[in-house]
Amino acid sequence: MPLAPAITNVDELKRHSALARLLAWNSAAVRGVKFVRDELSIYIDRSAIRNACSLLRDDSKCPFNYLSDVTCVDWYPTEPRFEVIYHLLSIPNRERVRLKVKLDGVSPVVDSVVPVWPSANFFEREVFDLFGVRFSGHPYLRRIQMPEDWEGHPLRKDYPVEGYS
Amino acid sequence: MILNMGPQHPSTHGVLRLLLEIDGETIVRLMPDIGYLHTGIEKTCEAKFYQQVVPLTDRIDYLCPLTNNLCYCLAVEKLLGLEIPPKAQWMRVLLNELTRINSHLVWLGTHAMDIGAVTVFLYCFREREDILRMFEMVSGQRMMTSYFRIGGLALEPPIGFFERVKVFVDQFPSKVDEYENLLTANPIWLKRTKGVAAISAEDAIQLGASGPTLRGSGVDFDLRRDMPYSSYDKFQFKVPVATEGDVFARYIIRVQELRESIAIIQQALAGMPEGRIKADAPKVVLPDREKMKTQMEALIYHFKIITEGFAVPEGEVYQAVESPRGEMAYYVVSDGTAKPYRVHMRSACLANMQLLPKMCEGHLIADVVAAIGSIDIVLGEIDR
Repeated sequence: MPLAPAITNVDELKRHSALARLLAWNSAAVRGVKFVRDELSIYIDRSAIRNACSLLRDDSKCPFNYLSDVTCVDWYPTEPRFEVIYHLLSIPNRERVRLKVKLDGVSPVVDSVVPVWPSANFFEREVFDLFGVRFSGHPYLRRIQMPEDWEGHPLRKDYPVEGYS
Repeated sequence: MILNMGPQHPSTHGVLRLLLEIDGETIVRLMPDIGYLHTGIEKTCEAKFYQQVVPLTDRIDYLCPLTNNLCYCLAVEKLLGLEIPPKAQWMRVLLNELTRINSHLVWLGTHAMDIGAVTVFLYCFREREDILRMFEMVSGQRMMTSYFRIGGLALEPPIGFFERVKVFVDQFPSKVDEYENLLTANPIWLKRTKGVAAISAEDAIQLGASGPTLRGSGVDFDLRRDMPYSSYDKFQFKVPVATEGDVFARYIIRVQELRESIAIIQQALAGMPEGRIKADAPKVVLPDREKMKTQMEALIYHFKIITEGFAVPEGEVYQAVESPRGEMAYYVVSDGTAKPYRVHMRSACLANMQLLPKMCEGHLIADVVAAIGSIDIVLGEIDR
């Protein structure tokens, strides 16, 4: 089964309600879009993520009312280095959408989405713990998996996996 | 007063620590403290070939290794664009439902024991032993099965396996009746579970609940039916939903799921297709032993896959399955090499755990144990 090429043209993807809704709200916040393997990813501007999330959650036609997951990928050494990834699910419409925010490696900070979905609490703490991405407005941004006094963020690509550094 | 519960506590099902701020017998604040079992599996995955990650996925959740195998394999197969033969898909469904029964049995036994009904535990583990023996038949392992591989199954199911499953599913409904006779109308059980740790549908969605915990609050959503994978759309089954949102609702849903799983297994047994169990992709799927003895190419492919792995096209996939505990998902990112760039596991338990403060705060300290049991946590999956 050959892989269909990725669609990155915004106009071709407007039939997806999440993208159409975001564009109608603030087209400057949508930094890019990718549709491949039946999965839609939307790149959102860092400053707009919380509003974009609450907009999609409260949409009347296709409410993405459930936050499945928040995670992060470290693209070290390229900049912007971090991609924070939000997987949204619409329980009534059985649809998924992926939102992405790119963050630079010097001061990776993004608005927390805990005010939109309280379920983001543990997910964001985990990303903070393992990647060192900070979420401003998070109610309790402490390490969750590693011990409190741990140094470094293990899932970063420049974290040493053997020996002492 | 601050009370420390765990990490070594029999009813926390592993190493979970809870900090309880109490006022007399009432809980004012509950703070879960996790991470005692963190092993860095996500980091380990980045250093392995794609096929070497499969055994790691077993170790995330010791109660449903096959569900984790399936979820990871589906994600990588989607990245590769592999087509899985029908027999392998149906075997996957069959074994997945056996895994669900296995997991729910351990849950039921330990949950009942936490609340004080010791007999159920012995009954549940009697049937669980049967299931583990069936897993041993197909994979050689009772728990860490690694039976699903990227592209299909590891081996043909052995002779006598289907007959054995059939015997099991024929007698299992009467065993569920036995458990229900002990619990469902038992006044002590009802007192300890009805109206305890109730949670509304809105709170459940907002706090990220999934699986039986979500359905116990009246949200009719099951990934097997609503976003089907691995030919679940070819099976007929009911999705039990309750509206009360309390411990009893979650109990009754899981018990009904035991019966529904049996119905799915019966359909799988009746309609098991014939044919291959591995996809036709020689660069990804290990060749049959017989071919390796006679064909040069098969031997070369085998050597290449074992020593160099196989390259996976660039991209990312989020694949979710309905595990016994809820939405278990793998997010796999590939950079085009033979090792995954990033593997992230979305743990259903981690999200469900966030309901615990809401369930317990303002209620009695004795109900904490019932609440923990009712969300069915596995710490290996929470901490990874």
